[in-house]
Amino acid sequence: MTGFLALIGRDLKLATRVGSDALTLVLFFVMVGVIVPFAIGPDSATLSRLAPGIIWIAAFLSMLLGLDRLFRADDEDGSLLLFRHAGLPLEMIVVAKVIAHWLLTALPLIVASPVLAILLAMDFPAWEKTVVSLLLGTPGLVALGTIGAAVTVSLKRGGLIAPVLIMPLSIPILIFGTGAIAEASPEGLSKAALLFLAAISLVTLVLAPFAAALALRLAED
Amino acid sequence: MLDLGPHAIFIIWAYVGVIVGVVALIAYTVFDSRRVNAHLKALDARGIRRRSERNS
Amino acid sequence: MTVDLAVKKPNWFSRLANPGQFLAWSKAWILPLSILTALLFAAGLYLALFDSPPDYQMGETVRIMYIHVPNAWLSQFVYAVMAAASIGTLVWRHPLADVAAKSAAPLGAVFTGLALFSGSLWGRPTWGTFWEWDGRMTSTLILFLIYLGIIALWRAFEDQGRAGRVIAVFTLVGALDIPVVKWSVDWWNTLHQPASISLMGSEHMPPSMLIPLLVMTLAFTALFVTLHIVRIRTEIFRRRAETLERQAAASLG
Repeated sequence: MTGFLALIGRDLKLATRVGSDALTLVLFFVMVGVIVPFAIGPDSATLSRLAPGIIWIAAFLSMLLGLDRLFRADDEDGSLLLFRHAGLPLEMIVVAKVIAHWLLTALPLIVASPVLAILLAMDFPAWEKTVVSLLLGTPGLVALGTIGAAVTVSLKRGGLIAPVLIMPLSIPILIFGTGAIAEASPEGLSKAALLFLAAISLVTLVLAPFAAALALRLAED
Repeated sequence: MLDLGPHAIFIIWAYVGVIVGVVALIAYTVFDSRRVNAHLKALDARGIRRRSERNS
Repeated sequence: MTVDLAVKKPNWFSRLANPGQFLAWSKAWILPLSILTALLFAAGLYLALFDSPPDYQMGETVRIMYIHVPNAWLSQFVYAVMAAASIGTLVWRHPLADVAAKSAAPLGAVFTGLALFSGSLWGRPTWGTFWEWDGRMTSTLILFLIYLGIIALWRAFEDQGRAGRVIAVFTLVGALDIPVVKWSVDWWNTLHQPASISLMGSEHMPPSMLIPLLVMTLAFTALFVTLHIVRIRTEIFRRRAETLERQAAASLG
């Protein structure tokens, strides 16, 4: 257990050190929300109708772009090799990385979401629903992302392939994430969407570490 | 000729497109196969053979 | 005095697993399979264009179904083949499994693309637009993107052996996820489009339409099997050539 927590702590410390780009992702997230009105016009009614989708797309893109950070640094400095022979099973190490990555990328996004909500003319109840859907959906997205990151870890210029690989697979999360917020959908469907979202995240969190660990092992053989 | 109705143009384009796609796929498969075999023949001409063939 | 290193008696497994043996027996199958494919297409096209009735709802445009449905079927069948090959790579370390998977991917992508193309042209006279975000076409589009991603992965790796193992994991993850994607897309569709428009009605198809459809589906499947075998052979030869090049380069030193 202590090894597990130490790993999370290590990742957090490394990320918040000077010279790291952890907070750039949050900036990217906010910027997407900022440029959207320039593209589709500042009409509040339109913006507030599209806001849940826009926030989710911004979160989606930010998380996907950040996937490379999951394993590449460890691969480059040799830590990945140590992980494979560590006392802790590789699957648990992946879980630790998922938690650390979520704390570093998803949580700041959720904290920054009020800014986007205001910019996109979102009302308070809608924003509340957005926070809940992001809280439930982003863990699954990170878990799924680790598979993409693990598959591409040995590629020198594999940075953009991982998002391309994971995007089609994470469409259910996007569908249910926005479905949980959308005003157009009746109350019952929103709740159903939230439940599906939670279920998908849970199953992904449980299964993805096995797939990612397997991919990591096979990539380094 | 057969009467394809008011939307004949779509039917024709669909069939033409699929046939072109299939033919292109076959052509590429054959071309790739021939290219690789030519490469192997060239290697053989240079005297580079697999171990199992060298002793023959 | 030579040592007989040949396999004693080729059983069905070694014929599939041993590259040399696979090459030996597959060569004889290519011509018969090609002829079968050509005959099936000839019969199928004749039935589809000349010997089948127009649909009472959509008229002659139903004929596009005879080239759309086989490609849609293949788009899923080829993925199933890739998934089976992936299991072969990961569970049994089957020597030809990753070759089979690599060879199948571009074929699957093309068939999926043709399904999208023909579906789009079918939709235009039926719905009025070249694209509708309905459940089936959307899922096919996503499957197309997954195929392209897998092809990109194959090209990104230098070590094709490592690529085969890693891509096998990803293919199986996709195999698990694709049903979830389909289900979520259907849910999303009912959310945004209460009246679901289906290209093919739910009523049973008469034999006069079912038979051309089956013949065309068989024709396309035979096409895939033939092309797949040829591509597997090509890939085996390609790897041999690469190994020889490397040996030649190494021995120059």
